[in-house]
Amino acid sequence: MRETPCHVSRDEALIFERSHPGRAAYSLPPLDVPTVPLETWIEARFLRPDPVAGLPEVSEVDVIRHFTRLSRWNYAVDVGMYPLGSCTMKYNPKMNDQAARLEGFALHHPLTPEELSQGSLDVLKMLEELLCEITGMVAGCLQPAAGAHGELTGLLLIRACLEARGDPRRKVLIPDSAHGTNPASAAICGYSVQTIPSNERGLIDLDALRRAADRDLAALMLTNPNTLGLFEEEIEEITRIVHEAGGLVYMDGANMNALVGIARPGDMGVDVIHLNVHKTFSTPHGGGGPGAGPVLVTAELEPFLPVPRIVRRADGRLALDYDRPYSIGRVRAFYGNFGVLVRGLSYILTMGPEGLREVAETAVLNANYLAHHLKDTYEIAYPGPVMHEVVFSDKRQRAYGVRNVDIAKRLIDYGFHPPTMSFPLIVPGALMVEPTETECREELDLFIAAMKAIDRECRENPELVRTAPHRTRLGRLDEVAAARHPVLRWRPQASPSRAEAPPDGAPSERIGSSES
Amino acid sequence: MATYPEDCLYTREHEWIRVEDDTGVIGITDYAQEALGDIVYVELPSVGDHFSQGEPFGNVESVKAVSELYMPVSGEILEINEDLAESPQLVNEDPYGDGWMVKIALSDPTELETLMSASEYEAYVREEKEK
Repeated sequence: MRETPCHVSRDEALIFERSHPGRAAYSLPPLDVPTVPLETWIEARFLRPDPVAGLPEVSEVDVIRHFTRLSRWNYAVDVGMYPLGSCTMKYNPKMNDQAARLEGFALHHPLTPEELSQGSLDVLKMLEELLCEITGMVAGCLQPAAGAHGELTGLLLIRACLEARGDPRRKVLIPDSAHGTNPASAAICGYSVQTIPSNERGLIDLDALRRAADRDLAALMLTNPNTLGLFEEEIEEITRIVHEAGGLVYMDGANMNALVGIARPGDMGVDVIHLNVHKTFSTPHGGGGPGAGPVLVTAELEPFLPVPRIVRRADGRLALDYDRPYSIGRVRAFYGNFGVLVRGLSYILTMGPEGLREVAETAVLNANYLAHHLKDTYEIAYPGPVMHEVVFSDKRQRAYGVRNVDIAKRLIDYGFHPPTMSFPLIVPGALMVEPTETECREELDLFIAAMKAIDRECRENPELVRTAPHRTRLGRLDEVAAARHPVLRWRPQASPSRAEAPPDGAPSERIGSSES
Repeated sequence: MATYPEDCLYTREHEWIRVEDDTGVIGITDYAQEALGDIVYVELPSVGDHFSQGEPFGNVESVKAVSELYMPVSGEILEINEDLAESPQLVNEDPYGDGWMVKIALSDPTELETLMSASEYEAYVREEKEK
């Protein structure tokens, strides 16, 4: 066999491997001042022995083509349906980005004095108030950078509140269907975790909860709707049991897309909730940008909220209040991911109350549409009407030697992002699908057709599914080897390439010495 | 078909313990490794650590999920299986042999009475699979 040269786009090297000595993406005008050695400005011990080693030397067109090619292998919510359960990968309206790019927001320095920051403070204040209205809570903090950060902040608030009551407790209860971050957040906060089993309907087992609700109970961490996509119908009884035992109720608001505009956690007896602005309120996530996990609380927990709080002075101006003796302190630098918060506010104001209600209605309708059309093809572990997502399993396809991972990989060949796999843990072989409200019926029908076609393939040609994907640039990757022996850093194979001439100011003899 | 050695006792969380005198060897069952899939990392405690019955003593990570390991009975860690650091796949290949996890000194052997025999565990797993 003869090797034929092929265009680089079929065999993309790392940018480091495309490096050629002396290539650069810029050309500077000749120096009109004398050259000064770098050591006269920076102590030698702070300088790298070789400032260029390891950095790729490439031209502008190299860079642009490399990253543009990579971007074309990517899948994004701007390309098609992204049914990643529990992640609410809804479309992110471009209007939000436009708002965040307004110069007054984008260029505003976080150390600007309050008097000159009234517009940005107003954004934060307005968003806090709107999120309180949406959740039925009384106050909040926008600082947490994402959901798990919100969980930690919320639990710190609960701990501070219980300590202030003179009744610190040690135990946090978490249902077995919870997000994995819940027990981790509780443990980091110093609590011991006890798991509450689900009943045969996939909801919290109330008797188990009653047995566990003792004098040591600090909090219940509850996701509602839960990760099976089921609404905890006994929520009022659940919060009553916890409160009577002297504990507080934390709600993981990751699944708020099912409730927004319809039901309010504050009305259900929830004491603290975090929201994922990057899920429910349509800001980018998953490599697309940082998140935001605001925490909203009841009046009892308000004194403990992180500083600074944004308050309205008597003259109507907004100010940052650090004088909060019971506060748990800061949980993040400045005021959180401000650009994300602007996008979230833009979304809420664009949608309005009716629009937000329609979000939840359509999200629930879409999930039930998928459940209805696929229930005869794929097992649903806990049947019944679902909320915003539906958990299928590979139970029927396993008879043909096909697992959930194979079905997920085969979906890539049909042009869809795979659903969440093997979660929640209580469903063996889970395929967790969340279509969100942004998918139209045609897109949902395509997904249903793909899932049915894959089921047919499982029966007629299971090998095709087991070895998927086939239409991607790279085939099935060895995830086990990648996890057992991760290679996390690129290292030069042979002698590293670098500039023949040192850049201005770099000591040439050192570059030369490391060459040998 | 998964097998369950007669000389072990079993937990509802799918650990096994094999007791000789006052020491016990602990691992996870064939059913557990099968359900987890390819195991890529096992985090074990330090020798000398004490755990009570039911307390998590480590965790096992597969390509699907991270799961906690629970103590079948109370005791002190005498030895850990160092080979699992480099070769976590031993848990998949030989769960009752080379894939063992910790050796412990039992602090209360009467706790063994709360565990399941091989035939009881087999029935329990059959029930789990029905779900």
